[in-house]
Amino acid sequence: MKNWIDELKRVLTPKQVLTELADRHSYSFDASFGEYLPEAVVQVKNKYEVASVLKAANEFHFPVYPRGKGTCLSGGPLPVHGGVVLDLSQWPEQIKVRPEDLTVVVSPSALPANINQAAEEYGLMYAPDPSSAHVATIGGNLAENSGGPRGLKYGVTKDFVLGLEIVTPEGEITWTGGKTIKNVTGFDLTKLIVGSEGTLAVITEATLKLLPKPPAVQTMMVSFKDVRSAGEAVSKTLTSGILPSKMEFMDQACIRAVENFQPAGLPIDAEAILIIELDGHPEGIAAELEIVEKIMIDLGASETIVPGNPEEAARIWHARKQVSPAIAQIKPTKVSEDATVPRSKIPDMMESLQAIKEKYKVEIFVFGHAGDGNLHPNILCDKRDQEEMARVESAVEEIMLAAIKLGGTLSGEHGIGTLKAPFMEAAIGKVGLDMMKRMKESWDPNNILNPGKIFPGQVQRLVLRNE
Amino acid sequence: MSDLQALRKQVNYDKTFDCVQCGYCLPVCPTYETMKRETHSPRGRIHLVKMAGEGKITIADLKEPIEKCLGCMACTTICPTNVQYGRILEGAKEAIEQQEVKSGFQRKTEQFLFDRVFPSSRWMGTLGNAAWLYQKSGMRKLAQVTYLTSASPLNVSRFEKAVPDQPGPLERSLRKHRIRPDYKLRMTVAFFTGCVMDGVFFDTNQNTIELLRLSGAEVVVPRQQTCCGALHSHAGKSATAEELAVRNMEAFDLEEIDYIVNNAGGCGAKMTEYPHLFERGTYWHERAEDFSEKVRDISEVLVELNGLEFTEPIERTITYQPSCHMTHVQRVSEPPLLLLNQVRGLKLRPLKRPDFCCGSAGIYNLVNYDESMKILDVKMDDVKEKRPDAVITTNPGCLIQMRVGIERTGLEKKMEAMHLVDLLMEAGPVPK
Repeated sequence: MKNWIDELKRVLTPKQVLTELADRHSYSFDASFGEYLPEAVVQVKNKYEVASVLKAANEFHFPVYPRGKGTCLSGGPLPVHGGVVLDLSQWPEQIKVRPEDLTVVVSPSALPANINQAAEEYGLMYAPDPSSAHVATIGGNLAENSGGPRGLKYGVTKDFVLGLEIVTPEGEITWTGGKTIKNVTGFDLTKLIVGSEGTLAVITEATLKLLPKPPAVQTMMVSFKDVRSAGEAVSKTLTSGILPSKMEFMDQACIRAVENFQPAGLPIDAEAILIIELDGHPEGIAAELEIVEKIMIDLGASETIVPGNPEEAARIWHARKQVSPAIAQIKPTKVSEDATVPRSKIPDMMESLQAIKEKYKVEIFVFGHAGDGNLHPNILCDKRDQEEMARVESAVEEIMLAAIKLGGTLSGEHGIGTLKAPFMEAAIGKVGLDMMKRMKESWDPNNILNPGKIFPGQVQRLVLRNE
Repeated sequence: MSDLQALRKQVNYDKTFDCVQCGYCLPVCPTYETMKRETHSPRGRIHLVKMAGEGKITIADLKEPIEKCLGCMACTTICPTNVQYGRILEGAKEAIEQQEVKSGFQRKTEQFLFDRVFPSSRWMGTLGNAAWLYQKSGMRKLAQVTYLTSASPLNVSRFEKAVPDQPGPLERSLRKHRIRPDYKLRMTVAFFTGCVMDGVFFDTNQNTIELLRLSGAEVVVPRQQTCCGALHSHAGKSATAEELAVRNMEAFDLEEIDYIVNNAGGCGAKMTEYPHLFERGTYWHERAEDFSEKVRDISEVLVELNGLEFTEPIERTITYQPSCHMTHVQRVSEPPLLLLNQVRGLKLRPLKRPDFCCGSAGIYNLVNYDESMKILDVKMDDVKEKRPDAVITTNPGCLIQMRVGIERTGLEKKMEAMHLVDLLMEAGPVPK
């Protein structure tokens, strides 16, 4: 029988197929949990190579795990059943802006930050802004349907995709959608592929929508003495006829962690702060700013700060960006959750989190995109401490169930991957899960693409311990 | 202690847990960019060290990824969680060095270079003198034409043209060991000569002393000083590095001086890290802390003294290639720019990616020639776009490498590489 690694070296070139132990281990992880050793790493640079790999995979029955830069927080690219990691990050970056169509055509390896930068040259913008936009690939963003702070006003990755070129799990090259804003020709396969976490197709090109870049932005920072008022301030603002581009939330634990790590002048006595950004025409945002400020004060804000220049505003946003590194100093392992609830339920979710924190004696820090109900409760722990990790597992499980109970969902923007698969049935129901499984089976009869993700396997509960 | 536990201690296994694998280091890593795989990225290397600490891979598996790291430390500046990559890297190098069976030739060459040449100012002086004889006698031309030097090991021949004209032995031996300023005495500093700087860039060292003197500093040049040990540390020879550090600490009388001044970004970085070489709480650790607190780059001291006026305008377009170790380890980046801004007529065109390493990295360009040249080519593309007539650097390795780069791109008639100090001397410095 032919060896499948030899077959890959034959259909590609030998140097595109990495089999050294050090190389394999270097693609065994992402930014989430666990490590799984692939048997080979294959670096592809065009759609024909992707098609060849998938054809070989169907012939020899080995799993294929597409991977961008491996910044995933839910285990998307982890080769849980071995096989091949399909590295798309070395594909030559292509970003072709079509200003007259307000679209851009990109290769899967393009960085979202570079796409936005290219658009800005024409006075346009690519709105989705996940914090890893300068590292991650658009391919990974599409597969995981990434969000970011600006999701509040502009939507997430899926809202910006007009068409895709894909390779099917059986190795056929085809396309979905098109280049037009309106398109009702058959099933919307584009939306199905986006967010399917690499289980239904390998994306080899995407046509994305661009928007005019707002001419001005205005930041404000508001402190609150209690979390509930901060939550109410979010709802009140959003029903006042104003849609800010960002509404970010930090709890007291996060504020203090940032001040200990890199003092930024945040109010350490505040129970919560909101950082708000308005965008639009300067006259428009000046008027909106007054309204928002009044709402904040009416709801009992203890302090509102309106930076007078871009540098001061940048300092506030820098402090927000420091939350992740600052809390990572506290303990080595960070379990980053992104359970999302309807916006009106943020205060209830905050109360649930507080109760869970006390019940399991775990350190929970909460920050995130309050405007769209997408909170990031982060549990800081040490994965070498088995007893602590068991408590963390229980706490995470309860966070998921709390979000579902409040009418929310498991993941706002990180994806299901390996970590949240055990909760799928609770989140979408038996029938819903079965429909998804049937779709997967018909798209990918040999279960080649990213097996072991999204759908729960034998293990029906969250596992963060690997020894 | 079991073997694995000992290895974990050696490679700083515990520190690998500080990495949250976010990948923010990928866009700034030169070898990830040119070698195009995660194996040659900081995140990949940290993970591999962790795997070695868990016995999942061997030290032999670790060798290639670790040895191909430049050690430029650009990743440590960008890292959001402050992973101590330098400690992990040097621990891994030490483990490789200990377990490795090298070929007889490689071992002998390395032994000679590390145990005899770099620590010995006499040897470096002799090398400088040999280089002088070689240049003056016309041997250089002959050797270049006949490719005589290309037979020497470690690709030395490729760098030979980048070495400047050498002063004669007499000039070297006449250097004073205590130099006093003409007017007011504002501080006393000790000058750390550095072995490559003093052996190959003797004139730059003399210029450094002169700039300090003109700024009102008394300069002492301790005779017993030796190599800083950076190259030894980078090669995993921590025992020799420790020895050299001790000798230097003994050579400098801290009571007498305000600063220990150097003009080589790499040496300065190593000396600020001397405390890492010794166990916390020991006598030498404490002494190393006192020592490293006084280490300063020449540019920092000149800015602090603020005692010079530059009288000669220099009508040139330049670009500035900072030393990685100065930026990412010493965390000094503003002072050289402040000084360049004081020179009238000078037009500074900043590089697009100044923090991208030039590929010199100690002796990386000698032992990993091909990889180093790929990185240098990326750097030169950036340089060419700025069309400067000089590239200014602050470290001997970068200086030689930039000269090689200029030659590789065939620009030697249009562009030169210079140490910051030499440019400042051309600008007619006088005491304020």
